[in-house]
Amino acid sequence: MPADRTLDQLRAAAEVVRAAGEHDTVAGVAARYVAAPRDTGQAASLLRAAAALDLAVTFRGGGTRQDWGSPPRRLDLILDTTALTGVVEHAAGDLITVVRAGTRLDELPGTLAGAGQQLALDAPLPGGTVGGAVATNTSGPRRMLYGTVRDLLIGVTLVRADGVVAHAGGKVVKNVAGYDLGKLVTGAYGTLGLITQCAFRLHPLPAAVAYVSRAVDDPAEAGRLAGTVRAAQLVPTALEVDAPAGERATVTVLLEGTPAGVTARAAAARRLLGADATAADQPPEGWARCPWRDGDVGLKLTAALSGVPRLLSDARAAADRHDLPLSLRGSAGVGVLYAGLPGASDPERVAGLVDALRTTTAAVGGHTVALTAPAPVRDRVDLWGPVPGLELMRRVKQRFDPDARLAPGRFVGGI
Amino acid sequence: MSRTTTDLDALAAALRAAIGADRVITDRQQLRTYECDGLAQYKVIPALVALPADAEQCAAVVRACVAAGTPFVARGSGTGLSGGALPRADGVLVVASQMRDILEIAPDDERAVVQPGVINLAITRAAAPYGYYYAPDPSSQQICSIGGNVAENSGGAHCLKYGFTTNHVLGVELVAPDGDRVRLGGRAPDAPGYDLLGAFVGSEGTLGIATEVTVRLTRLPESVRTLLAAFETTDQAGAATSAIIAAGVVPAAVEMMDALAIEAAEAAVHCGYPPGAGAVLIVELDGPEPEVAAQFAQVESLCRENRAFEIRIAADDAERALFWKGRKSAFAAVGRISPDYIVQDGVIPRTALSEVLRRIGELSAERGIRVANVFHAGDGNLHPLVLFDAAVDGETVRAEEVSGAILDLCVTHGGSITGEHGVGMDKAKYMPRMFTDDDLDTMQLLRCAFDPDGLANPGKVFPTPRLCGEVPGRRKGVHPAQEAGLAEAF
Ligand SMILES: Cc1cc2nc3c(=O)[nH]c(=O)nc-3n(C[C@H](O)[C@H](O)[C@H](O)COP(=O)(O)OP(=O)(O)OC[C@H]3O[C@@H](n4cnc5c(N)ncnc54)[C@H](O)[C@@H]3O)c2cc1C
Repeated sequence: MPADRTLDQLRAAAEVVRAAGEHDTVAGVAARYVAAPRDTGQAASLLRAAAALDLAVTFRGGGTRQDWGSPPRRLDLILDTTALTGVVEHAAGDLITVVRAGTRLDELPGTLAGAGQQLALDAPLPGGTVGGAVATNTSGPRRMLYGTVRDLLIGVTLVRADGVVAHAGGKVVKNVAGYDLGKLVTGAYGTLGLITQCAFRLHPLPAAVAYVSRAVDDPAEAGRLAGTVRAAQLVPTALEVDAPAGERATVTVLLEGTPAGVTARAAAARRLLGADATAADQPPEGWARCPWRDGDVGLKLTAALSGVPRLLSDARAAADRHDLPLSLRGSAGVGVLYAGLPGASDPERVAGLVDALRTTTAAVGGHTVALTAPAPVRDRVDLWGPVPGLELMRRVKQRFDPDARLAPGRFVGGI
Repeated sequence: MSRTTTDLDALAAALRAAIGADRVITDRQQLRTYECDGLAQYKVIPALVALPADAEQCAAVVRACVAAGTPFVARGSGTGLSGGALPRADGVLVVASQMRDILEIAPDDERAVVQPGVINLAITRAAAPYGYYYAPDPSSQQICSIGGNVAENSGGAHCLKYGFTTNHVLGVELVAPDGDRVRLGGRAPDAPGYDLLGAFVGSEGTLGIATEVTVRLTRLPESVRTLLAAFETTDQAGAATSAIIAAGVVPAAVEMMDALAIEAAEAAVHCGYPPGAGAVLIVELDGPEPEVAAQFAQVESLCRENRAFEIRIAADDAERALFWKGRKSAFAAVGRISPDYIVQDGVIPRTALSEVLRRIGELSAERGIRVANVFHAGDGNLHPLVLFDAAVDGETVRAEEVSGAILDLCVTHGGSITGEHGVGMDKAKYMPRMFTDDDLDTMQLLRCAFDPDGLANPGKVFPTPRLCGEVPGRRKGVHPAQEAGLAEAF
């Protein structure tokens, strides 16, 4: 085999660099090289080398969401963060932790729970890393009380496309010095830079929890019940609706707090939801998971709170019209629903349904985004839909990555 | 007549044509009323003041500034404490005081939509009849504007539990520094694309002018309970705070004042705190009644275990207001015990509290400058009030040195040079103590994207402006990928 000069040059930047294998693809596009930096310094050297060699780069953590977003227009190097791991600091008294971006989210409880603390961020896909959760801005039911990544991330270390290392925020929860670049890179799909380290605020683990659920026939009824719970004084941690295709819908309220407080609030929640509501100390099946499997179509639908019942019923009706088995699940208490369709669904019909969902979500102040879809559907569907502020976003991308080498084409508007 | 004056006259004429003569101030005496914000030690008389009535007028003002190459500075109520709204002598001050309409209170959506000049407390007043309120509560909430809050990412005593402005702003309509009107976020969460809303909040007027703000409304709590605990030392009060947090309680607020701050508050508002206290804590819990009841008893006993010598529990709203009165009036109150003072704002990891307070005490003794301490103890946000007499030779300089040294203490303990008052004019020079040149350069990439010509509030936040230059291939309108036919489908 002829010597690969590019590989040699990358190897000068970090030890773990190899030619890409058959699984090293991003949304179906094959890479040429894979590198796994061990620290921020190595990541910076690699990105400097990639800049000098004009390589297009995407970032990979647990590899659980490489099929999200659009395929990259160009791809040479996958920068893998799985060697960039570990909890750097857990200051229990200050309720913060600093972790390297390749650390798996599901490893954090092992470090934090001993001190009675948690990073209050649900992981809808198991196996994901901290950096991946930030880059794709994933969250789950408990966002209702604790917020999403943007609310929990208090500091970030980045490596820019040109290899320059930058920090923003810090290690204290309250801090307004400088621009909040942490929010900028949250949900940016790695198009602005590599996240190598994150500082998060933590929350105490609750002493008691209760999941109060009730099944209803009509998804819209679940939405209305969620509204009733919201207007009461229960302060739920989560308020979820689960409406699998062809089954009854369930509304579930998660209550957390002191044992006495949770008992009293769970009783109140059962009164609000209706006579046949049940309480449990374990989450219902499918809790905090996306309502789709690998290879399926996964959508995210958002709405103003008052529009949630309408979104639920219109989505169900539109799916019936297009003869598609749509499973809906999500946070009725914040106006975010996820929807899944079998991967083998006819792309034309999926496109028709997405159009219908876009009309509905627009009417209730929200958006429809296709997070993931198999290639035939992706070719037929506009994944992101209309994006307000796109022109400014393009200007941001051009400043951070003027040569468009970081995951080009993965994000909104071809960014 | 100098060229500048002619240019200014032309700009004033353009502004009058765009928004009406009565909305443009050129009279020197009237201009002078805008010469400073809440940090009165910096004063600059603006070249012109514009008072747009709505977003379109605001955009017209910005476009006129762009055409003339004139910098502009946004101003809300002018209560900022870092010189953020300090005018430019060669620039236009764009004041939001004529944009004070509450456009919508939507309890069903838990949202309110307001113009930027709306006063923070006015939102809560309008939402309260529906059982909701606007959670971020800066002590200045009776006068500061929501636009200023957005620009500063303002906090308040209750942000320990409820978060800061950024956690409560769901959408902003802004006039970008090129005069374009842009909407970010809105009624539903998680808009697709970059979180430019998150980047805009806290950008101190350097990324454009907010012309409409959509905020989250929070359900009024079922129960609120407040106690005032008196301790002999700040160390004991700090230990009590640590114990409360370690017990897994998340109070709505934990506020601390030291002996000197108490003395000032007593002199100013006669709040009647327990005599002889070296420190007082105000701890407030709110939420569902059964939760508050369970945790309040726990907080009370933790205070006693940490040697509180007196604990008062607010019997009603009136008594609660009295507890808070001393705390909320603390900044102005030190005026009673000192002719001049600096309100400092820094953050430390809460666990470093006793060490940092000890160092502040030493600094104070070494330099002969008194420091009164007021802080959001729950999250380590210190507000040392550095007392001095400008009439005494050298005191001003010594006070500034002590004030700067306190910020160094914050940084060396892993904290921040500002927790809520912002960087503005005042702290731009301290930014390099917390951030590297590369950090600051990277932040300014964002600024260059929004404002390549540096017209929006220049000279604030960053010690050295970055020259943006042209990005290769930057053009307005069509994206290169789109041009190449690659991005059509997206
Ligand atoms: C007694 C007192 C107590 C205070 N307590 C607190 C406190 O507890 N917590 C806290 O966080 N702050 C506090 N502050 C500081 C101050 O009140 C806040 O920073 C407040 O948000 C400023 O609002 P403003 O309307 O007065 O803004 P201004 O002072 O007018 O402006 C502040 C900044 O915002 C920018 N700006 C204003 N309007 C807009 C707009 N529409 N679009 C874009 N940029 C804009 C300005 O350019 C400037 O940079 C206090 C101040 C005082 C005087």
